[in-house]
Amino acid sequence: MTDPSPGAGRGRLMVEARGVHKAYGRLEVLKGIDMTVARGEVLCLIGPSGSGKSTFLRCINHLEKIDGGELAVDGELVGYRQVGHRLHELKDKEVCAKRAEIGMVFQRFNLFPHMSVLDNITSGPVWVRKAATGPSRDRARDLLDRVGLADKVDSYPNQLSGGQQQRVAIARALAMDPKLMLFDEPTSALDPELVGDVLDVMRDLAGEGMTMIVVTHEMGFAREVGDTVVFMDGGVVVEQGDPTRVLTDPQHDRTRSFLAKVL
Amino acid sequence: MKVVPVRHPWRWVASAVILLLVAMLVNTLLFSHVVRGGTREGRFQWAVVGHYLFATPVLRGIVVTLELTVIAMVAGVIIGIVLAIMRLSPNRLLSGSAWVYIWFFRGTPVLVQLTFWYVGISYLYQHLTLGVPFGTALVTLNSTTLVTSFVAGALGLSLNEGAYMSEIVRAGIISVDEGQNEAAASLGMSKGLTLRRIVLPQAMRIIIPPTGNETISMLKTTSLVSVISGVDLFQATQNISNANYEVVPLLVVASLWYLFFTSVMTIGQYYIERHYARGSSRQLPPTPLQRLTAALRHTRTRPVPALSEAPWVAPHD
Repeated sequence: MTDPSPGAGRGRLMVEARGVHKAYGRLEVLKGIDMTVARGEVLCLIGPSGSGKSTFLRCINHLEKIDGGELAVDGELVGYRQVGHRLHELKDKEVCAKRAEIGMVFQRFNLFPHMSVLDNITSGPVWVRKAATGPSRDRARDLLDRVGLADKVDSYPNQLSGGQQQRVAIARALAMDPKLMLFDEPTSALDPELVGDVLDVMRDLAGEGMTMIVVTHEMGFAREVGDTVVFMDGGVVVEQGDPTRVLTDPQHDRTRSFLAKVL
Repeated sequence: MKVVPVRHPWRWVASAVILLLVAMLVNTLLFSHVVRGGTREGRFQWAVVGHYLFATPVLRGIVVTLELTVIAMVAGVIIGIVLAIMRLSPNRLLSGSAWVYIWFFRGTPVLVQLTFWYVGISYLYQHLTLGVPFGTALVTLNSTTLVTSFVAGALGLSLNEGAYMSEIVRAGIISVDEGQNEAAASLGMSKGLTLRRIVLPQAMRIIIPPTGNETISMLKTTSLVSVISGVDLFQATQNISNANYEVVPLLVVASLWYLFFTSVMTIGQYYIERHYARGSSRQLPPTPLQRLTAALRHTRTRPVPALSEAPWVAPHD
């Protein structure tokens, strides 16, 4: 909050975090996170549970409010508008508009169970963007085809397996044409044999140049698809860099002991 | 080897007792006679029941009962939703005032409330004024002409029902997984849109059964308007029996009509529940009607479906 012109020099960065703090009461979950994500970059966030990686992800689309530091997406502060030297908190409507540009995929899928797969995917475009129903449905069918579920258009979420549900959830997020995709442990709730299909979809997405932040325990995916791996522990970034280097030759003891447990 | 099934002798005893009681009931309802005032007549006087079942005053009473039920339930549901949202609001004044409302209306008997609206309002305020608070009056009305027994009944029942409905709606709203709110928010949906399109439709599954209960209860509670000189179904039958002293047959008339409408509501509730169960179970069981038509078709053509042909084969990736 010290930089008087936050728009300057952020042209190529999709996400920029400086000293981000977050606390629940006395429990400090994020203790000053610095991180940048360039356009088209795939950043994988790894770390033990409780390290704050999911919380940080949720701060990016303002599902959580940060208590300190500065967080900007695409050159604009999250949750605030800077006017002169003052920060004005955004109205609900403005927050919603910002969120609509960022896709999010949850560990527990969170599809709307009372709506068909097609309606799940068109819900954002039709209700939020006020797009016409016909073209939105065509687009939804294309997206379903892309995630390999063209035949599930009229199914309801609980008629699908976990892996299928997660791919629908990805299609639902993509229907909003997001400039950034956030994945919060997208494969952690899946049976092992279903993980591959979801990762394939994410790999394709990365190949198409989507900017992605992925909280994951899939080290293979992080190494293969990630441009950067960030290891978080205890609310701080311990180590970050090229996936192969971080995962095979970690510089910190904490990274080493974590990787020894998961690899 | 021969399998000897377990015998259940007490079931046979219980069945015999029940059959005996049913026989006694049917006998006393239909076949027993009694001498009243020197003439021998059927104990339950079904002819009298039949004579008054569709009498004009009774039908008028039914209209009043149904009108009050519908008004009170519709208003009650609306008040209930508003109160539930207020109670879940982070604003203490909003949640607090909703709490006070519920505390007051659940804490006093509805009979007292009805009497209050009918008698109390006209006593406290001879004139009701519509206008700027503490300022100019635009319309002034006489309380006694405005608050008829019907208005007082509808008002009292609605306000009371709102308090109960709000707790039912609140239970429904908090039963919906928090992840649904987050998913909706991440798509850019506003809180209002999320509530309307995502949370409430799912909350309906929890809200509908107790609301059906409330509606059935309301149908019968409307009979309380008889104490504030409202002429509902019950009061209509009372008026007739006050004139001709046929007390029991007219109670039977009222009971038959109440039973008829509660039965209709029970069926309606069943189908509404099915509507909101979409997506909650993999395959809904057939309705009794579907089962009946299926059974009829079955006896005609007898295509026995093999187990593997069942349409609900569990999905797998």
